[in-house]
Amino acid sequence: MKITLKVWRQKSRTAKGEFKTYQADHVSSDMSFLEMLDVLNTSLIKKGEEPIHFDHDCREGICGMCSLYINGHPHGPLQTTTCQLHMRSFHDGQTITVEPWRAKAFPIIKDLVVDRSAFDRIQQAGGYVSVSTGGVPDANEIAIPKKIADEAFDSAACIGCGACVAACKNASAMLFVSAKVSQLALLPQGHAERKERVEKMVAQMDAEDFGACTNTRACEAECPKAISVTNIARMNREYFSAVFSSYEVTVGGGD
Amino acid sequence: MKLESKVPEGPLAEKWTKHKFNLKLVNPANKRKYEIIVVGTGLAGASAAASLAELGYNVKAFCFQDSPRRAHSIAAQGGINAAKNYQNDGDSVYRLFYDTIKGGDYRSREGNVYRLAEVSVNIIDQCVAQGVPFAREYGGLLANRSFGGAQVSRTFYARGQTGQQLLLGAYSALNRQIANGKVKMHTRTEMLDVVVVDGKTRGIITRDLVTGKIESHSGHAVLLCTGGYGNVFYLSTNAKGSNVTAAWRAHKKGALFGNPCFTQIHPTCIPVSGDHQSKLTLMSESLRNDGRVWVPKTAHKGLKAKEAASIPEGDRDYFLERKYPSFGNLVPRDVASRNAKMMCDEGRGVGATGLAVFLDFSDAIKRDGKDLISAKYGNLFDMYKQITGDDPYQMPMMIFPAVHYTMGGLWVDYNLMTNVPGLYALGEANFTDHGANRLGASALMQGLADGYFVIPYTIGDYLANIGWNDKVGTDHPAFKEAIDKVNDRVTKLLSIKGKKTVDEFHRELGLTMWEYCGMSRNEEGLKTAKKKIQELREEFWKNVDVVGSANELNMELEKAGRVADFMELGELMVDDALNRSESCGGHFREESQTPEGEALRKDDEFSFVSAWEYKGDNQPEELHKEELRFENVKLTQRSYK
Repeated sequence: MKITLKVWRQKSRTAKGEFKTYQADHVSSDMSFLEMLDVLNTSLIKKGEEPIHFDHDCREGICGMCSLYINGHPHGPLQTTTCQLHMRSFHDGQTITVEPWRAKAFPIIKDLVVDRSAFDRIQQAGGYVSVSTGGVPDANEIAIPKKIADEAFDSAACIGCGACVAACKNASAMLFVSAKVSQLALLPQGHAERKERVEKMVAQMDAEDFGACTNTRACEAECPKAISVTNIARMNREYFSAVFSSYEVTVGGGD
Repeated sequence: MKLESKVPEGPLAEKWTKHKFNLKLVNPANKRKYEIIVVGTGLAGASAAASLAELGYNVKAFCFQDSPRRAHSIAAQGGINAAKNYQNDGDSVYRLFYDTIKGGDYRSREGNVYRLAEVSVNIIDQCVAQGVPFAREYGGLLANRSFGGAQVSRTFYARGQTGQQLLLGAYSALNRQIANGKVKMHTRTEMLDVVVVDGKTRGIITRDLVTGKIESHSGHAVLLCTGGYGNVFYLSTNAKGSNVTAAWRAHKKGALFGNPCFTQIHPTCIPVSGDHQSKLTLMSESLRNDGRVWVPKTAHKGLKAKEAASIPEGDRDYFLERKYPSFGNLVPRDVASRNAKMMCDEGRGVGATGLAVFLDFSDAIKRDGKDLISAKYGNLFDMYKQITGDDPYQMPMMIFPAVHYTMGGLWVDYNLMTNVPGLYALGEANFTDHGANRLGASALMQGLADGYFVIPYTIGDYLANIGWNDKVGTDHPAFKEAIDKVNDRVTKLLSIKGKKTVDEFHRELGLTMWEYCGMSRNEEGLKTAKKKIQELREEFWKNVDVVGSANELNMELEKAGRVADFMELGELMVDDALNRSESCGGHFREESQTPEGEALRKDDEFSFVSAWEYKGDNQPEELHKEELRFENVKLTQRSYK
């Protein structure tokens, strides 16, 4: 296959970026999209040019490190991660446009690499159960209905890649945040802190300059792990329930 | 050098309890005066960093990825073993211990392995309390499955994503401590050296991968939780970033490297499709429960999966079922891998490259129906189709072995401390628990055992002994010297401006390692490999081309440093494989086999851990031996006939 690539190049966070056009002439349909870029990069290095920088690590669709906005879709045309996208999804002679995730909360570091540390800070705000190592009950003392456990798993399957933010016209992180809120709201282990958790995580999400959710469901349509927007509905319910009844509000409301 | 394993005396079942009591404690008020450096945030690193911070220590944690959640533990599929005996099928701590030591082909320490089995039960409790969504039965209790040929169901799992869920659990515990201010997290930061002053570990040198800044960090102890070195083979199931650099720099600062040649080759991976291949993808071992492995009886060059149906039943060789009638397709990983290689060596391999065998589900689909097979393996079949374009419901899969895990690693004692005081190695980065072969669902167990339940106890003993005052600041000349050396190396790599890319060197190293130090090894081949690696290394430092500069995000530079270290490690692996002229576990020496062609262990000569000491650039390393004593188990030859 012969492919024309239009790739966003940007030297650093503050430098001005631009699209550059590259020709890839010996593309095998068995290559993954990232392997196609590897081959292109080798040819760039041979010409003394800097290779295109992009994030990647496990290359089996689970670490969430790879990104790339390909022909207007995060992770490209299929509902999978970029590392699991293969060139047989494209056709000979096609032009492919490759951009970084675009969101104010994900500043560009270089070329197609963006800074997603805002996601970590949201998790740090409350995405955990406050138990320390040791001194916990036997695992089978907490019985959890299979249906609930399966649903919690579906939410927990999020890989934190940020495709939901990249897909959203508002650059909203609601799907990502709601997946964790849902997982821990569904499970009994998370109940003690459920109100505080949702309030803190939402506050951090807002502080990071992610946009609001307007229910277009682009996030769900593009999520490589099929995280459902049901999570967003659940988080909204958790949030409203929390702001009207959490300890902080109860205490503060007395005076 | 005398190697002290520090495994306590006394009955096996009482060793850890007794040892914990004998370890010194650090007064709670003094814990905050200590600083601990944790490198790597996979299962071992994240669990250790979180647990130590919970105790009150100040922790600095480092990972080269953009978030601690990306560590390669996340990719583990199958499950985690624990001796809970929830299924009432005869499991016990002793049985898990016995299976692990036997599975490791008697090349690991009894004391360590028993402790691993003992704390395995606590791990499951801990993970459930964190909200890890393990699979459950309709009654709401935890589900188990039998895994990797084990005769009891002791494996806990979260669909095919157990590693992900366990890592996200440890990551959440780590996040809680980051929010508490007890852990200072450094992402996109790579460790490039260890600083040792007066025989004690005092800190590390790092490079900020975004700005290129080289920095010093001091601490009372350093924990390397940096995973395995399977990427020395270039193609492996490891993540692209997985590397040996942290462990190798520690080795060059005096830490011994244990059993470097012990690598695990996993039999069920998707075969290589061409020169562009960047990594290999594992298909879960559970597929062998229902899939039948075969090749044609006579060579059919380039046989495609969709043509498999044209080979009549009588012309197929179900070689595992033929050679191992009692275990059939469920023989252990090393046996299955080696036999697939033998078929391909005979020219009977399938696919365009001839380096693949069929894994056929047609009989299982006929017997159980497509729906049942889909319920069991649906996600794996989908993944296979996504990658190869072939539909396993219609035609057999093609599989081939790939490097998956490294049992070898930094030598550590019972306290997980290397021979360099204050320097620890946890998880896959150390050599301890899996001997010459790791059982399925045991890697996750070991990473979390080390981080949650071993290091919080053992590190206290060292810290209490040295005292919180015994610390060297980053203004010490040793840090300056280490920084200069790291800077020099970076400058050197960028200044060569040769003709070959880093990947080209890495690929060449990988091919050599795979050919001569892979599934089957012999003296002549290993000697060839040694020579080739030395030549390649020499060429690398003259002819590598690293573009870009030092003061920016430069992924070529990162790779170059890692590949340079892999080339040194590769030679040590070859030396170790040469020295161990027996077959054991994943290490098959062709000179040491039974008349039937099976692995022949030589317990009289090789019941020891090889621990290699670095003696300077281009000097042969010195071998130290830690004798293995077996007081509880009787050594037997494995047989799967």
